[in-house]
Amino acid sequence: MNRTRYRGAGQRIPLVDGIEKVTGKARYTADLFEPGALAGRIYRSPYAHAEIVRVDVSEALRLPGVVGVITGADCDKTYGILPIAQNEYPLARDKVRYFGEPVAAVAAVDDATAAAALKLIRMEVRELPAYFTAAQARAESAVLLHDNRKGNLEREVHHEFGDVAAGFAAAELVREEVFHASEVTHAHMEPHACLAHFDPERDHLTVHSVTQVPYYVHLMLAQCLAMDTSRIRVIKPFVGGGFGARTETLNFEIICALLARAVGGTVRMKLSREETFLTHRGRPESEVRMKIGMKRDGRLTACQLEMIMRGGAYGGYGIVTILYAGALLNGLYDIPAVKYDGYRVYSNTPPCGAMRGHGTVNTRYAFECVLDRMARELGLDPLDVRRKNLLRAPTETINGLKVLSYGLPECIDKVEQASGWRERKDRMPRGRGLGIACSHYVSGAAKPVHWSGEPHATVLLKLDFDAGVTILTGASDIGQGSSTVMTQAVVEILGIDYRRLRVVANDSAITPKDNGSYSSRVTFMCGNAAIQAAENLKRILVQAAAKRLNVAPDQVQCHGEVYQVAGEERQIPFNEVVAQALVDTGTITTKGTFTCPVEFQGGKQRGGAVGSTMGFSYAAIGVEVDVDPDLGTVKVEKVWAAMDCGFAINPLSLEGQVQGAVWMGMAQALCEQTQYNKDGKHTAANFLEYRVPTSLDSPDIDVAIVESKDPNGPFGAKEGSEGPLAGMVAALAIAVQNATGVAFNALPLTPDRVLDGIAGRKRPARAPAPAKTLEGVPV
Amino acid sequence: MKNIVALRVNGQARESAVADNLLLIDYLREVLHLTGTKQGCDGGECGACTVLVDGVPRLACLTLAASVAGSHVETIESLAKGGRLSALQQAFNEKLGTQCGFCTPGMIMAAEGLLRRVPDPSVEQIRTALSGNLCRCTGYTKIIESVQAAAAARDIHEGAPK
Repeated sequence: MNRTRYRGAGQRIPLVDGIEKVTGKARYTADLFEPGALAGRIYRSPYAHAEIVRVDVSEALRLPGVVGVITGADCDKTYGILPIAQNEYPLARDKVRYFGEPVAAVAAVDDATAAAALKLIRMEVRELPAYFTAAQARAESAVLLHDNRKGNLEREVHHEFGDVAAGFAAAELVREEVFHASEVTHAHMEPHACLAHFDPERDHLTVHSVTQVPYYVHLMLAQCLAMDTSRIRVIKPFVGGGFGARTETLNFEIICALLARAVGGTVRMKLSREETFLTHRGRPESEVRMKIGMKRDGRLTACQLEMIMRGGAYGGYGIVTILYAGALLNGLYDIPAVKYDGYRVYSNTPPCGAMRGHGTVNTRYAFECVLDRMARELGLDPLDVRRKNLLRAPTETINGLKVLSYGLPECIDKVEQASGWRERKDRMPRGRGLGIACSHYVSGAAKPVHWSGEPHATVLLKLDFDAGVTILTGASDIGQGSSTVMTQAVVEILGIDYRRLRVVANDSAITPKDNGSYSSRVTFMCGNAAIQAAENLKRILVQAAAKRLNVAPDQVQCHGEVYQVAGEERQIPFNEVVAQALVDTGTITTKGTFTCPVEFQGGKQRGGAVGSTMGFSYAAIGVEVDVDPDLGTVKVEKVWAAMDCGFAINPLSLEGQVQGAVWMGMAQALCEQTQYNKDGKHTAANFLEYRVPTSLDSPDIDVAIVESKDPNGPFGAKEGSEGPLAGMVAALAIAVQNATGVAFNALPLTPDRVLDGIAGRKRPARAPAPAKTLEGVPV
Repeated sequence: MKNIVALRVNGQARESAVADNLLLIDYLREVLHLTGTKQGCDGGECGACTVLVDGVPRLACLTLAASVAGSHVETIESLAKGGRLSALQQAFNEKLGTQCGFCTPGMIMAAEGLLRRVPDPSVEQIRTALSGNLCRCTGYTKIIESVQAAAAARDIHEGAPK
């Protein structure tokens, strides 16, 4: 689509729901009240791994004010985001597999009563050995968390593309290093919450929840409650962030609905911050063995990666995560041969899942660090080595990923210039360091999680007598601005005033199904669907205007608020066009759909769909740090991010997304990590011990936008909110190495780790809790 | 044990029967249904519940409702007047100081407390004043810019209370 002037797309406009947010009028799930609603609370396992002998709720049921109590006995259906790995019960049955796993739930007249009832629940168990690292869980003598998963392996992946042996043989420098990345979690500011209403007379369930993927909550509710999907309605109110945590249906959503049905009424559930941490689904603790072969001139010859992820107690998104970690070795640079061995391991910790940059972050961190070190060893500028290995778009990678637009070279140039790299990199004062790294991410998985044969995105527009246009969408705005982007896309096509538009989103009774806000798919797919729906509406309006003006449709020019006869002064306003369009037909609804064609859906190898996309975003990130050699503290002074998002439909919003992603990468690299003690209890399930950077810890982040105009993206747009994260993690690690002269191979770069490194002592990755052993039980 | 507590909330005089252990956040949210004030943590960690008590930022989740008897409590709902957003609200909206919006009410109230005290704050003063308010979306860059823009706008339009 070639345009020189944009009316909607390309404009720096505030979020369409910004006023609700700054006035406090935005209603999040916990802000919803319903008369007579009961308070719901969850009883959680105090054991990391145990067989359940008995759960006694009789005393809790006798407490005055308690209306209902449910346990695993009330639901024998499993759920999970991947149809092939649904091994989780909403409430544990037979076994508990992590400390904090839901076991029972109470509905009571008020929260204090529900909390008191939890204390009366008794759980009798036979404890099992518990494993808090991947190595412990993989030990030959380890008992199995899931009987059908030998070696506690959820999935192993072995992929080889190109001739890896020949690649390493041809290399003039080969380096292999092992990196360790701690587990991190999303820590979206809104704690989990759910409001479920069951109408026993009508056998109908309505659930309001904090989800990123409402249709999947809908399906899992139907599955676990054994209800027909048509008897369920799922609504997503305002959501206070997600970052991937809410792409899966989560246990509390199903538990709240089960409780509501059990009591035949409404249950309101507000999880604490601690419970929100325990619900997790974040980025797994990873051991990354990265081997790279390079010619003396910096040309890559081969790459080999072994990735071991401690996945937690249940399947969740794990199979996809471990596939992503290997697949997206490709697509950033041209690597002739790649071998990948991935192991996703079950452990007695809260389940991991999708987190911003899903699966790719720790791979990219390790790759960029090794590449950077090899460049220096060869006396080459690390940026020149990256330039030496650029892809030439359009191209297809060795594992079957298509790259049609590729703004990485310009991203590197921009960060190089903005940071003063050439002049400054070797002249930094003591304790200061510059680092630059690159990363990429998919603009939506080209193959949806569920292969239903439906279009990958559907958007409806409704035009009625009021001459207002309603965008009906299932796309979940969780703060990333999807409702705003879709509004801009429609304005761009119709040219009408913004005030004519409103977005109605995420009510399964009203809005079309959407696959949800995951894998950065919404701008690309829903944006394209919105464009098509708007073009379909425009066609109708042009015909109506032609009829009213007594000319042929091709003589009508649409100027948005007026339609004019080409070359004449005759024109009619939008309202009149609408009135004409409604004659004989009444309310008009148009539909737009979008589907990623099958040729974009990845290679033929098993799991080849993971990593496939119609458009990769690209980013280069530059970081300047100041390391205090006495305190070991790392101060991030400045960040320069260059982002190839194809085209910025809203540059303001794009900047915000890039800044947020970069900042989250900084947080992982510097200070965030979950922690479990010897019993598997999460000892950092709060914002004091899980250290989230504050405004005092956070640098200015400059964003340069690179527009490579993807041939398939809406107006050329690609994603802009996941790609930059991994590059930041790597760039920061590189900058700290340049500042200290010490190569750190573990995250986060906490002061004690940095100090130990500077002191020349090799500090192992944070000492894990030992496997929990039990007398008489082999470990 | 409940007592009658008299206070002002967003300019309105109120008398409420308040349990001794009722937190101000629960009074605002669950009793008055002023849900603009958010709860993001289990007590004192995130700043999402920041309100002004007699003009000073205070965490409603660490404040007993009974302890603010006789005081004036201001929440995010009080800032827009006569159909006009406050300078901070307008700046957070226009400069994208808000993304998911969950930390926004607390962030704006903390900034409001700052601007009443320091009408023309430096970046360091802004960062310090907001350091108890966590945001997970923005990386803070646009929040700082929003507060700066609001400070400049207040000088012109509202007459900063210098």
